[in-house]
Parts: sequence; C-alpha cells; structure tokens
Amino acid sequence: MSSSNAAPLKPVKSTGLHIGDAAPGVAKVDPIIIADNVTRQFGGLKAVDVEHLEIPRNAITALIGPNGAGKTTLFNLLTGFDKPDTGTWVFDGKQLNGVPAFKVARMGQVRTFQLTKALGLLTVLENMKLGSQKQKGEGIFASLIKPLWNKQEEEIEERALDILARFKLDTKKDDFAASLSGGQRKLLEMARALMSQPKLVMLDEPMAGVNPALTQSLLEHILDLKVQGMSVLFVEHDMQMVRHIADWVVVMAEGRVVAEGPPEDVMQNPAVIDAYLGSHQDVDLGVVTGRIAGEITSEVEDLLEEIDAETGVEHEIEQPPVVAPEKDEDSK
Amino acid sequence: MDWGSILSNTASWLISPETIAYALAALGLAVHFGYGGLLNFGMAAFMALGAYGYAISILTFGLPWWAGIIVGCLASVVFALILGIPTLRLRADYLAITTIAAAEIVRLLFTTQVFDSVTNSADGLGNYHAGFRAANPFPEGTYGFGPWTYNENGWWVRIFGICLLAVAALLVWLLMRSPWGRVLKGIREDEDAVRALGKNVFAYKMQALMVGGVFGALGGVVFALPSAVVPSVYVTSLTFFIWTILLLGGAATVFGPLLGAVIFWVIMGFLSNVLPALASSGFLPFMSTTQAATLRYILVGLALMLIVIFRPQGILGNKKELTFVK
Amino acid sequence: MSLTHSAHAPRHKRTLLLFLGFLFAALVLQSVSATSARADEVGTEYDFYFAGNVKYDSEPLEGVTISVDGNGYEAEVDTAADGKWKIGVPEKGTYTVTLDEETLPKGVIVAEGSASVEAEIKLTSSKIVNYFLGEGVRVTTSFWDQLAERLVNGLNFGLLLALAAVGASLVFGTTGLSNFAHGEMVTFGAVMAYVFANVLHWPLWGALVAAVIMSALFGFTLDTALWRPLRRKGIGIVQVMIVSIGLSLLIRYIFLYFIGGGTYQLPGAGEARITLFGTVALSVTDMVSMAVSVVVLLAVAWWLLRTRTGKATRAISDNPSLAAASGIDVDRVIRIVWILAAALAGLAGILWAYFRPGIKWDMGTQILLLVFGAIVLGGLGTAFGALIGAIIVGLLVEVSTLWIPSDIKYVGALVVLIAVLLVKPQGLLGRKERIG
Repeated sequence: MSSSNAAPLKPVKSTGLHIGDAAPGVAKVDPIIIADNVTRQFGGLKAVDVEHLEIPRNAITALIGPNGAGKTTLFNLLTGFDKPDTGTWVFDGKQLNGVPAFKVARMGQVRTFQLTKALGLLTVLENMKLGSQKQKGEGIFASLIKPLWNKQEEEIEERALDILARFKLDTKKDDFAASLSGGQRKLLEMARALMSQPKLVMLDEPMAGVNPALTQSLLEHILDLKVQGMSVLFVEHDMQMVRHIADWVVVMAEGRVVAEGPPEDVMQNPAVIDAYLGSHQDVDLGVVTGRIAGEITSEVEDLLEEIDAETGVEHEIEQPPVVAPEKDEDSK
Repeated sequence: MDWGSILSNTASWLISPETIAYALAALGLAVHFGYGGLLNFGMAAFMALGAYGYAISILTFGLPWWAGIIVGCLASVVFALILGIPTLRLRADYLAITTIAAAEIVRLLFTTQVFDSVTNSADGLGNYHAGFRAANPFPEGTYGFGPWTYNENGWWVRIFGICLLAVAALLVWLLMRSPWGRVLKGIREDEDAVRALGKNVFAYKMQALMVGGVFGALGGVVFALPSAVVPSVYVTSLTFFIWTILLLGGAATVFGPLLGAVIFWVIMGFLSNVLPALASSGFLPFMSTTQAATLRYILVGLALMLIVIFRPQGILGNKKELTFVK
Repeated sequence: MSLTHSAHAPRHKRTLLLFLGFLFAALVLQSVSATSARADEVGTEYDFYFAGNVKYDSEPLEGVTISVDGNGYEAEVDTAADGKWKIGVPEKGTYTVTLDEETLPKGVIVAEGSASVEAEIKLTSSKIVNYFLGEGVRVTTSFWDQLAERLVNGLNFGLLLALAAVGASLVFGTTGLSNFAHGEMVTFGAVMAYVFANVLHWPLWGALVAAVIMSALFGFTLDTALWRPLRRKGIGIVQVMIVSIGLSLLIRYIFLYFIGGGTYQLPGAGEARITLFGTVALSVTDMVSMAVSVVVLLAVAWWLLRTRTGKATRAISDNPSLAAASGIDVDRVIRIVWILAAALAGLAGILWAYFRPGIKWDMGTQILLLVFGAIVLGGLGTAFGALIGAIIVGLLVEVSTLWIPSDIKYVGALVVLIAVLLVKPQGLLGRKERIG
C-alpha cells in the first residue's frame, strides 16, 4: 500500500491500449467507458458533441483541450451531474446514462471538482470518513444505535488514517478542512475519493492552483492509483505534466474529440495544434462563456458577436463610461 | 412599578409551555438549517399541523390524546414529503420561498370558512383538554414555589413538554454524532461533493426535513396543550421568531435552540412586563402602553439583524464553525 | 359550466360565516335567549335551531327576513331590533338558510358569497348562520360578465404587483438577495402618502409624489446604512437574507408602533365606480392607478433597454464578474437599483392602499409572497419575467375567486408558484443554468 515513501516514481507507461490507428473514437483493447453520440447544448452553444469515445482500463488518460472545449461538461455528463441532450455510455459493462450522480459514484466511478469541494466545516478526518461506502451508520434508524456501526466506524477510521498518512495529511486530521491550503485541499479531495475504493478516478484539473512544491507529490499519487489497479481520467492544461504521466491523451475542441493517441504522437497532431492555435487563439473561451472572470478584449467581443449572430442570444457588454472611482471586489 | 411581580412574571417564562414549544421548533430548525443547511422558512406550518392534528383528532375523530400527537407528527411528515419532493432538488433560495409560501397556504386553509366544521376557521379550536388532563399523574392541587407555582394541569403540561424536549434533544445528539449526521453536515457544506461520494443527497435532505418537521409539530402540540389552537398564531412572524431563537443560541448545536428559547422568552417576558409599566408610570414619555408593548417586537427584529451580522455562530456555536457556508 | 352559471344568481363566492364550537354556541345561546320573544324567533318548541345576527357596519339591522327551508320544513322570521334571529327546526340535517336581500336597506347587499346558504346541524344542536353585508347594488351577473370584471380587477392588481416585483427582481438579479423587507418598502410608500396627505394635508398629487420620493430616499438610506456595508463586509447571501428578515420585523413593528393596528384611508379611496361596459365598473382612482402603473413600467423597461445604467443593471444580473471585469461600477449600479426598487415599491404601496383599500401596518407583508411568486414565476432575477409573472399572479388571484372562496384566493396563486417550481424551476422566462 505504501509507495510514496520511495524516491520519485519513474512512470511506467502503459502501451498497446488501442486497436487500429489512433484516430478520434478509436476502439480500445479493454475500455472502462464506452460513450456514444453524447451531446449537450447550452443555448445555441454545443458544449459537448462526442460521437464515440472509449477510455482504457488501468491506464492514465488525459483529457486536454483549450478552455471551453467541453471537458468539464463531458465530466459532468459522464458522472451524472448534468443531463445530456442525447447519448449513451457504458461504464464497466453497465449502462450509465440517466443514472443519478450518487449511483454513478457507488458503482466505482468517483470524481473531483475543478473548484475544490473540501467540506470546510468538517474536520479532515470527517471528510475522509464521508468517502467510505456502504456505512451502516448512515441509515437514519441504525445511526441512533452506536453498537450497530461502531465497529465499522473504527475500520473506516483506520483506513482513513492510513490514506491520510500516505497523503501526509495525518497531522491535520482534526483540523477543519477550511483551514487547509489550496493544494492540501486538492490532496484531501483525492484522498477522500480513494476512501470509496473506486475503479475509475476522474480528476478535474488536479493541478490547478496547487503550489509547485505539492505538484510532484500529487503526480506521484496519480501514478500510484494506476499501480493499485485503478483507472484514471483527468483534465489538465499543463502539457509537461500530461506528457509525463499520461498513457493516453484525448484532445477536445469546441465540444468534439479532435484527436487521440499516446502523448508524444498527439502533441505532433496538426488537429491538436490547430485546436490550440486556432482562429481564436488569443481568446480564453472561459471568459466568453462567463465561467472565468477575465478582461473583455476586442477579440472576445468579436467572438461574442459571432456567437450572438449564430444563436440570437443577446449579450450585453457595457463599455465603462469612465474608470470607476471606487471598485469593490466584494460587491457581489 | 412593582418590581417584585415583574421579576416573578419574567422568571415564570423559564419553563413556560411557550418556551418549551419554541425550543422544540427551534431544535427542528437546527436539524433543517444548522446541520442540513436547508432554508426552511415554513416552520410555522409544521407547528400548525402538529397543533391542528392534535386538536382535530380529538374533537372531530374522537381519538385519544396520545393518538392526536401521533397524528400531528404524521401530518408534518406528509407535509415534509409534499414540500420536499418538488423543492429539495432545487437551489436553496427556492426552498426558502417555497416553504414560506407553503406555510401561508397551510395557515390560510386553517383560517378559511370552507373547512369551518372541522377547523372552526378564524376562531380556532379549544376544549380538547379532557383526555390529556385525565392522563395527568399529578393529584389535584397547587405545587411549586415562588414564580413557579402552578396547579396540577400546569405542571403536567410543563413536565410532559420538558420530557418531549429532552427526548428530542437526545435524538438530535445521537443523530449528529453518527455517520448519518456526518453526511447531513457534508450536504450543508457542499451537496455536490457529497453526491460525488455516492450519497443519496435527496434522501438525506428529505429525512432531515421530516425529522425537523416532527420536532416542529411536537412544538405545536406543546403550544396547544394548555390553551387553544388559533390560526392567527401560525403566521410567518412565528417562523422568524424561531429563526431568531435558533441563531441566538447557535444553529449547529443541540443546546443552542434550548438556550435561545429560554433567553428569547425571558427577555420578551421581561419587556412585556417592564415596558408598559415604565410607560404607565411616566418613565417613557411619548409612549403609550400599547406602543411600549410593540417596542419589544422592534427589538426582536433589531436583535436578529445584529446576531446575524456580528455573531452568526450564536452564543454556543464555535467561532470557526460558522453556520453560514455560502 | 357557463350555461348553468349564467342562469343562476352568483354562487361563485360562498359567504357564510359559521361560528361553531361549544364556547361560542353557549355565548350566542345566552344572548339569544335574552331577547324578547317576537317574530324574530320561531319554532322554539324544537330541540335544534339556526340562529344569527344581521349587522351592517357593526349596526344591527331590524326587519330583515330570514327563511329556512329543508327536510319538508319551512319557516321565516324577521330580525329583532338588535339584529338577532332564531329559527327552530324539528330534526338534524341540512337546510337552506336564505336572507331576503329585498328586505335589506337600500344600497346594502350580501357582500361575500350568496344570500342563500346550505347549513347543516350535525353534531351540536344549533348552528349559527351569519352573513357578510356590504355596500353595493344587487345585480345578477352572468359568468362572462363576472369574468370580465375579475379580469379587469386582476389586471389592475397585477400591474401594481408588477411595480413591486420588478424592483425586487432587479435587487435579486444584481445582489442575489431575496429581500424579505420588500413588503415593508411597499408599506413605507403608503404610510408616507398617509403622512403627507392626511396628516400634513398636502394636496393629493403633491403628497403622492412626495411619498414616492421619500421611498426612493428610504432605499438610498437602507443601501448606504445597511446593504452596502454588508456587501463590503463580504457577508454570505443567506446571512444577508436573514438580515432582511430582521429588518422586515423591525420596520413592520415600527409602523405598528407609530400608526397602530387600525386601517386608514387615503383621500379619494372608495369613491363611486363608473360603469365602463357590461358590469365592468372602475373608479377614477382605479383607472388612474392602472395608467400610472403602465406608464411607470414602460419607463422602467425603457430604462433597462436603452440607458447605460439600465444596460449595466442587466449585465450585472447576467454575470456579475463579467460585468465588473468589463469596468461597470457594480456598487454604483446596485445603489441605483435599490433606490429604484424602493421608489417602485413605494408607488406600489400607494396603489395597493387604494386597491385593498386602506393603509395598514402589515399591508406590505400581505403581498410579499405574491411578489415572490411573481418573481419565481417569471424566472428569478429577470425583470421582464417578474412583470409578466406579476400580471399572471394578479389575474390568477382575482379570477380564481369565481370558483374558490375569496378568503383562500391567495392559496391558488401560491399553489401555482409551487407547481411552477416543480415543472419549470427556471421560471417562464428564465434560462437553464450552466453547471461547472
């Protein structure tokens, strides 16, 4: 169980995952997820439009693409947090479309969130215990009688402390999660996900906002997941990291899968280069969709007008009359 | 100015049925909001259902008093179901508006002429005490000392209420130390995160709504036990007073609601005695005795604002464990 | 349905006031037996009886004919000088108790419900039957005429509701706050109108304009003294919502403190109605009220669509961080929104005082939920949605009284509010939210 105490792990790449040429939608030798014809529309914007996608088992798959490419939306759909307009997908041999999020998680497909969701007013240990599945004491009537769940609770605590130790959070076990640093919260969220003993771990931007000192440790934890027999699907922007740990890379742009393949090959793919350096190369699509606060440049306005023309949705971009004398960041 | 009687009247509020009833309802609200993060602004309806369920069972259906209490609780469970199914999947502010609207619907239905034969409309129900009083283990007579001197019925209501309150507090304590309580608190913090961990968030919220609702109904029963059931009591202000009590004592605590209810009623009792007395003896010029009595409600509003702004964790709450997440 | 209705006298509103319960029965029994035996009591030999007290404006009416019919038994009495009557009946059961409206003084009718009611003696030996009397002309109106009348009334109510709802919706859109003190902002306008018109005896128009200006100032004061410091403090939205509840209690009881629990009329309230067409009759006040609502709502719409600040307001509702990032002074816009919302609420309060009619300390609280209902119906945070939602709520409340008793007319609107949340939680005009 303990693999993080050794020197930095040399990633062992899994190869031979696919059948035939590495093109978008290529079949895998042993897929854990098979998705077909998954679409999701927001207003006039087609956020996700995936014809066919297979995620290999017991491998680390990276999902990359420019901002607004639909990666997080695809995550939400696959995990039951959002409902698709069309599409079916199978996880580990079970049909998963239309299954609510909590049941998806119970089947062994757990996720983390881009904006970390540490449960701030619970202690670190409570956060961990919450991750454990099939707890007897979680039933309302059984919860009243401690002897019914006490033994299981002790086992869960033991396991939680074990994982916390691996993530070097054991000294913080009685602190409120809110008091942790951003990187520690990311670690906690991942550790908490492991408490449910998942088959597939889906990490939404695990490195975002993590202090570089913790990056290495996070990477090792992700690699460790594969060693322990889990599959990993993660969204990431840092190409260096993707190249370093991913066995397989899926590239999305404008809702579609534009390329797939082992990391070295994908980076050379013209479709990928085009996706990243496409016509709107300077535009952060997150700003356009309002997901990320950012500067409204003229390019953004152009793009918004383009979208408006396509969708008929009206956006208001007010140019500042004068520079505001007093700007209040807390005003919302 | 008769300070003796003012202080004596004030002290009697310590264990008044109103104090116990409000404490029960506030405890229910603690389960809803303090532990579960549910913005229930319809507590008055749960109380009304408890009180009317009790009274109507006895008067219309001739059930024994204890069955009336069970009916009141069942009514609040059904109400929680009806209320929760459409709204618990929605955003918190929708729940707030829906619960307050549903509470008004309940009150209007108890007030309307349409069901007069059962509810006696605006005049409310009374004279359902026989069964409860017959079950009184205390022999006839007057007991107690000082401000806490009541007859056998007065004591029976108070002691029965305090027992209910004690059981309710014990249940909340048991629930909240268990894994069930852990899931509920997790939902309060971030329901998506809890959902991602494989918990059926909707079911937990619904259970919490029911448990808290039953405590609210019991509060309504205790409120109805000594006197009558009048629909004009169950207005939104009642809900807001319960909120004030909860936030005063500490939302995510077991004893906060009890302490809050005691403080609330002792202060209200004190002011209702002292303000008109001050006004009538000329200490508060430009103020009639009616105005003096109104003044305490103004102070409740002010107190609620100040608590929420300056001490949101309440008296017993942990400074770090603020109850307001977002 | 309409056919049967048009043939009958109006039976849309049931109007019996039934007082049951041992205490009350005993009380009435005492007072009834105290009156001298005249033609106001018949059938005293029987064990069961109907009784009542006919009063108009708290004055007893003498000589009003009441008849009881049913189970093969008929009896008729005239009320005594104290307005009381009593008819004994031979057996328990359901009877039709009728008040002969011809015998009422001129201009007085049974105001709510029908003059003929079904009353049942079931558990107890007696039943009290009372009628709500009011001012009016007795007319037998067809269903369609009634519908037309309700539609016009509903539109009037909906428009004044819209004034309050649009303001509350703008506040919600820009600040995220469900303002529970909005009802008190409505009352504030009415109370100010009362102060200027009735206490200071200003000319009516001056008084009403002054009241709206005072309301705007009230909004500015609240924002400066409370909401803005809370925004600065970065207090969570749920906390601010509960602060607004505290504020609502505070202001409401301050009104009670100063004006007491009574109802006050503004000058010109309750004036004669002019028949427009069919049975639709409106007072001049009603017509002016509707015209003012329409003009003001159009002005607000123009402001939102055409002016710089109006556009900024919508931009903030749409996406606060994007708006702030594009250089909009969010704080300034929110302050303007508070002022505007308070002025609109104040105006709504004045119109509400004419519509109810009367000024009361908790009048705003009475429509707060309908305002919320309008906002939710239209989709939280969209001003135009709130406008449409308010008109729908207004129509619904008034038209529903064709079928349901008027004392639960708000229930219909509130049930629809919950139903809309169930079916289309984003409201009629709202958009689905993007997750993630």
